[in-house]
Amino acid sequence: MNFIKLLTIFAMINLAGCAIKPWVKPYERSYLADPVMSFDPDPVSSSYMHHVYQAREGAKGAEGGGGGGCGCN
Amino acid sequence: MLISNWIKIGLLVVTASLHLFANATVLPEERADVLYHEYDGDGIKISGPSVLVRKNFLDKISVSANHYVDTITSASIDVRSFGSPYEEERTQQSIGVDLLNEKSIISFSYTNSSENDYEANTYYFGISQDFFGSMTNVSLGFAIGDDEIRATGNEELAEKMDRQNYRLSISQILTKKLIMGINIETVTEEGYLQNPYRKSRFIVGGSTQFRDEVYPRTKTSDAVSIRLKYHLPYRAAVHTEFRYYSDSWDIDARNIEFGYTHPLEEYPLSFEVKYRFYSQNEAEFFYDSIIGDQSPTEFHGRDKELSEYESTTYGVGVRWDFLPDGWGFLERASVSLNYDLIEFTYESFRDATQSDAGDGGDYVVGKEPFFEFDANVIRFFFTAVY
Repeated sequence: MNFIKLLTIFAMINLAGCAIKPWVKPYERSYLADPVMSFDPDPVSSSYMHHVYQAREGAKGAEGGGGGGCGCN
Repeated sequence: MLISNWIKIGLLVVTASLHLFANATVLPEERADVLYHEYDGDGIKISGPSVLVRKNFLDKISVSANHYVDTITSASIDVRSFGSPYEEERTQQSIGVDLLNEKSIISFSYTNSSENDYEANTYYFGISQDFFGSMTNVSLGFAIGDDEIRATGNEELAEKMDRQNYRLSISQILTKKLIMGINIETVTEEGYLQNPYRKSRFIVGGSTQFRDEVYPRTKTSDAVSIRLKYHLPYRAAVHTEFRYYSDSWDIDARNIEFGYTHPLEEYPLSFEVKYRFYSQNEAEFFYDSIIGDQSPTEFHGRDKELSEYESTTYGVGVRWDFLPDGWGFLERASVSLNYDLIEFTYESFRDATQSDAGDGGDYVVGKEPFFEFDANVIRFFFTAVY
């Protein structure tokens, strides 16, 4: 049953993909290309703050960015 | 639907649709960062460098390496309650490779973290792909880790812990000035999940006894976050983020963040401010103190990270682009300073150092004030893009 659900959603996403036209054209993305719009402009700095929070909070994950696990107690 | 099912769906989308809606993508920019970090709070001081270098080859391969050090001196609330101050050092080394394969980026990385009583190895694999005219980027990641835990003063302790992380990230252009990011992550951990230096507090016959904690040996957590960033006039930007977290130990947590970046191009400087609020409820086996000789449940722990609490972060930062137009082989270079004040306010973890149960405090045991402390965090770093 779950497999059928997955296939259905997969098919819907693909069909939607065929119909989607980019509504923001490449030449309209100058604001988005500005470095100030990056979610993670300084990986070395943001990764340190994630470590600060992970070591002192119960929650972890979904911070964005690569890598994984700090291995610390 | 379970989050892991969403990740399976994402995997199907990426693998089966790889050639259908794909568009050109690029490797990360070449850069070097040298950061000095400092944390000071609750009697703990942690400082050290972090150096990150990234170099691309043949427009197809990007290699990055990171060297990170924590130098720690600790006299935390746990040390003040039942331990001894200590000093130690943790070093972490990472190396990563990103491969641009026509229209997708495949990433591998390896991280080793080493300290005198803890060794951790993490292996990461990820794939990233642009879709729909590059308006959507989907990336999937999988990390596996194995940790070895020991304890100073307890030569018999030699435990292991295995970790697995599953990630799905979607970045979506919404308008000419608005971008959205969604991150979903499931983490499973199995093995020795507690801190060998933390203790549970038993009140037996009017006196306090600190005994070893007993944690479950498995934990599964799910986290979902959504981020939005909007471009304002004068090259300013605002962003917000919300995250929800839930795990099999009955901890539910949420945090929300707002930030604003404002450039002064004539100097050229850039300022940023940030506000972040975090709250969580306590784990099902958290007890600040256990009255009597027996724990009411099989598991018990008194880590303050398992308790109910809130933290609030106020952050400010300034960046000076001292080579905005480049020089020689450098495209640009900058120096940045960030300061964060984090206020921790606990709502079920009490300050045991103020107990009158043999500790010389003024409060009846179990009725001490709730613990709270402020932490100061500094990041000072130099960035060169080439």
